[in-house]
Amino acid sequence: MKASLRWISDLLETPLGAREALERFPMLGVPVDGTETLHQDLGQVIVAEVLEVARHPNADRLSLCKVNTGSAVVSVVCGATNVTAGRRYPFAAVGTTLPGGLVLERRKIRGEYSEGMLCSARELRLGDEHEGILELDTAAPPGTPFLDAVPIADTRLELDVTPNRPDLLCHVGLARDLGAALGRHVKLPAFAAAGVPPPPRAARAAGAAGTTAGVRVAIEDAGGCPRYLAAVLRGATVRPSPAWLRQRLEAAGSRSINNIVDATNYILLEVGQPLHAFDLAKLAGPAIVVRTARPGEALVTLDGVRRPLTPAMTVIADQHDAQAVAGVMGGAASEVSAGTTDILLECAYFDPRRTRATRRALGLATEASHRFERGIDHDALPDHLARALDLLLHVAGGAVDGVPVDVYPSPFPPTTIFLRDRRVSHLLGVELPRTEVERVLTALGCVVSPKEDRLAVQVPTYRPDLTREVDLIEEVARIVGYERFPDEMRPQRPGVVPDAPAEQLAGRLRRVLTALGVHEAILSSLGPRHDERCVELANPLSQDEGYLRAALLPGLVRRVEHNWRMQQREVRLFEIGTVFLRSAGPLPEEQLHVAAVLSGATRPPHWSEPAPPDADLFDVKLLFEAAVAEARPGAAVVAEAGRLVAKEAGDRQVGWAGELSADRPAWSAPLYGFELEVLVTAPVPVQLRPLPAWPVVEQDVALVLPETLAAAVVEASLRAGAGPLLESLWPFDEYRGAPLQPGTRSVAWRLVFRAADRTLRDAEVEAAVTGALAEVERRHGVHRREA
Amino acid sequence: MSDQAADLVAALAGLQAEAEQALRSAPDGDALQRLKTDFLGRKAGRVTAILKSLPTLEPGARRAVGQAANQTKAAIEQVLAEAEAALAAKAPPAVGDLTMPARPVWRGALHPVTLVATEICEIFHELGFTRAIGPEAETERNNFTALNFPPEHPALDMQPTFYLGAGTLLRSHTSPVQIRVMEAYRPPIRVTIPGRCYRRDPFDASHAPVFTQVEGLCVDEGISFVDLKAAITFFARRFFASGVKVRFRPSFFPFTEPSAEVDVECQLCHGSGCPACKGTGWMEILGCGMVDPAVFEAVGVDAERYTGWAFGMGLDRAAMVRYRIPDIRMLFDADMRFHRQFVDAV
Repeated sequence: MKASLRWISDLLETPLGAREALERFPMLGVPVDGTETLHQDLGQVIVAEVLEVARHPNADRLSLCKVNTGSAVVSVVCGATNVTAGRRYPFAAVGTTLPGGLVLERRKIRGEYSEGMLCSARELRLGDEHEGILELDTAAPPGTPFLDAVPIADTRLELDVTPNRPDLLCHVGLARDLGAALGRHVKLPAFAAAGVPPPPRAARAAGAAGTTAGVRVAIEDAGGCPRYLAAVLRGATVRPSPAWLRQRLEAAGSRSINNIVDATNYILLEVGQPLHAFDLAKLAGPAIVVRTARPGEALVTLDGVRRPLTPAMTVIADQHDAQAVAGVMGGAASEVSAGTTDILLECAYFDPRRTRATRRALGLATEASHRFERGIDHDALPDHLARALDLLLHVAGGAVDGVPVDVYPSPFPPTTIFLRDRRVSHLLGVELPRTEVERVLTALGCVVSPKEDRLAVQVPTYRPDLTREVDLIEEVARIVGYERFPDEMRPQRPGVVPDAPAEQLAGRLRRVLTALGVHEAILSSLGPRHDERCVELANPLSQDEGYLRAALLPGLVRRVEHNWRMQQREVRLFEIGTVFLRSAGPLPEEQLHVAAVLSGATRPPHWSEPAPPDADLFDVKLLFEAAVAEARPGAAVVAEAGRLVAKEAGDRQVGWAGELSADRPAWSAPLYGFELEVLVTAPVPVQLRPLPAWPVVEQDVALVLPETLAAAVVEASLRAGAGPLLESLWPFDEYRGAPLQPGTRSVAWRLVFRAADRTLRDAEVEAAVTGALAEVERRHGVHRREA
Repeated sequence: MSDQAADLVAALAGLQAEAEQALRSAPDGDALQRLKTDFLGRKAGRVTAILKSLPTLEPGARRAVGQAANQTKAAIEQVLAEAEAALAAKAPPAVGDLTMPARPVWRGALHPVTLVATEICEIFHELGFTRAIGPEAETERNNFTALNFPPEHPALDMQPTFYLGAGTLLRSHTSPVQIRVMEAYRPPIRVTIPGRCYRRDPFDASHAPVFTQVEGLCVDEGISFVDLKAAITFFARRFFASGVKVRFRPSFFPFTEPSAEVDVECQLCHGSGCPACKGTGWMEILGCGMVDPAVFEAVGVDAERYTGWAFGMGLDRAAMVRYRIPDIRMLFDADMRFHRQFVDAV
């Protein structure tokens, strides 16, 4: 909402500085998103009177004027044809800075000195007119600052009005709320001169239809339009608006069109009432029928677009056709144009939900729909119509024909809320005196009647947001100011909700993976379709971001490619995040995944060694096994077809690790990655084993294995054959080549033996090694490598 | 002096001369150690041997030889010390040049959003809050209706939403987890709710369609607006600075009433006004308020007996403020040059 600070000040009859507005409005719940100064750069321009106009001796098109500046009479060269002796104009004396930064100098023009400049509207940035200088309709004496004579210096506020406050979408509402905090009241200025009788007020029709000036007005769709007022104005003249009206609209960020449109916009901005003016001559009947749109009906709206309508939408029709979409936009066919003389003025209340649904269905948001959606003041319609007619008569002439009609078949009941004293202190945590509560509510326009332990509060109809006791408590807190409440820490009980195990697990995974030198990334969950189980968005921003991810690795690979483009050879990233899979139910299946990508050196370079080797499958295996240990403690990591797979009981695959394909520059290292479906389980605490008291005996065993035989399988056999004295074993070497047969390799294990209760004898160890060798020979037919 | 004694004294002089020459020409510390053992070793040192033989001498000879032996020993020890010092001065230290870089390992960093999320949850943990989470794909009921967004309410426009189908959507805030928690547990409830949310805003420098929020919910008997102010002020002073100015402004959220936006003094200009705070001197950090009775009604909590407060905070923005990150998209780029800077971040 753009608002003119001067307009608000005028309504409160008190000057408000921009600084005060910037401090006050946010503390009332209306943040100021921005401010713009208007015409404050005209401070040096004054009002001057032209005393004499003579032809410039050396130029036919110029005149030489004697100008009274209040303090002196000076000679001024003027090029405008409309300069007239005895009239007043804005004047920029020598030394004045004009908008745009031009500083006026004493200049000789065709041999005559000019001691300043009589200004056009354009030179003062007050409009586009530059045909002549700006004649002032003012009694201010020469020398008066221009901005005092023509009060247009202003600050335009960009206010962020929350959707619960339709009353703040107009200057009266803003002034009223500010007034409640300042202890001031709003006063609407009169348009007409004193003594001019006010236009007739609308008369309530009996039932759902009535007549004004021979026009029948009927509500057939009372759900969409509970109240409809219409007035007929005849003999109006469509012409440009007077300067004050144009300046007001401009100050509030609205463009001047003509006097009729401007008058309706003014009322919208002043009291928040959207109006619509129909050209009466173009309404068939003439009649107004408020009804739902007919199937297949369409309307060309004011913006020239033909819009198909549906029976869920309310329209304002004449005897035959829709002429406006209720609360959204008028139709082009009945638009007021230059030749219009007779006007039917609509002042109505349209249902907020229906208006929003229609606006959304048409994709057509307007100033009117914005207010109807939020709920305007249904009670004030007759006042607002009267004020609109008053203004129209003032700026367009003509006369109101007959008595305006007010069709209001089922009036809204007044809203009365009971406010309990103890509930106020209970919710706000501070005792507020009842007198203060009453004062605040009264200042906001409520009618307050004290009962025993509560107040009966009738809320003003411009506050549709006030329907419950808690709404009033908020208003009390808002107006007394949130700073009134202390921030003292009071005793409280702990909660009963256990800390989320998934968060704990994610924390452990992060700790493990960062300790292994991998950086945590957070990627968008939206992307292109990369899997047939991807879930599609109903209203995506683009096809590239039209699907939810079903796995983390595709996104991570794209980020690796980004890093390569940034000439980063070392890429080590992981993410813990949700993936989404299409499911049979209404909501997708969500899984928590962890994934990592790895490309580049196994460790950072150091001067003590040649370049470290690039990471390979065994580096990603380390990350994968660490993740499985945290996030899938029941799963086994097995090798399958050149990659590693985490499998659970029943052979269900829950994760994998391997080399990834990517768009890889020549200088980059191979890319590896893993992805694992996280299972949230409670961690199993470590249980300490007794520290061994007896020494170990180590034995190395090298076996010649066919390439098709996995080391892990042989290792299990060694363990089985060695018996209980074997404490641990691990492969420490692998060798291929002569003198081994092709298709075979040698793998050497170190076996560590220990007894829990004694020092081992050599013979015991020999027997265990023999047993291990016998077992691998029996199971796999492999032998010890010849020395 | 007996001949035997004279021989021994002469031998000592010879040993001293031999030792001095050998020590002065020793190439390294190891050689020095060997020479020291050779002459002065406790078991088989050649000077030591003469000292050990003293008891076998006549008393007269014993004294002269003993004196000479001790002088020789002292002289050798001094030359030894000089030789050690000379070697130490000449040779580089055996440990190498300690100005050369340490042997590095790869170190991983947490994402800045994780850093602030963890910190915020920990601060509230001090106040007895545990963490709760919920799904990112939600029902319209949990995301809007139960949170007092009536159908076709203009407040729905505050949160442009991605829909999945009829009545299902990607949550536009973490607040649906409030509904889930209150349906699963009876008060007292004190939880923080970190999680990913979605809004239909295209990526630009300050908007992302995917972002992270943390929500707080406190419900019990006797909870008031004062408790809300106390908890949020406690949090703001922990998270920003102990003396930071905090301001509560009235605002509107359908699921809280009264509602407030909370500002802290701008962390860039400290209140004097700068472009980042649009000259106001304040920086908006979170929205909060007292839980609306309509929300309690939706989840079957007695709003007459229980009251509560809630807050919601955008973590991407918090991380950007904390770490001076100029563009929200940097949080999603996974650029190694960005993440490496957070290795030691707190």
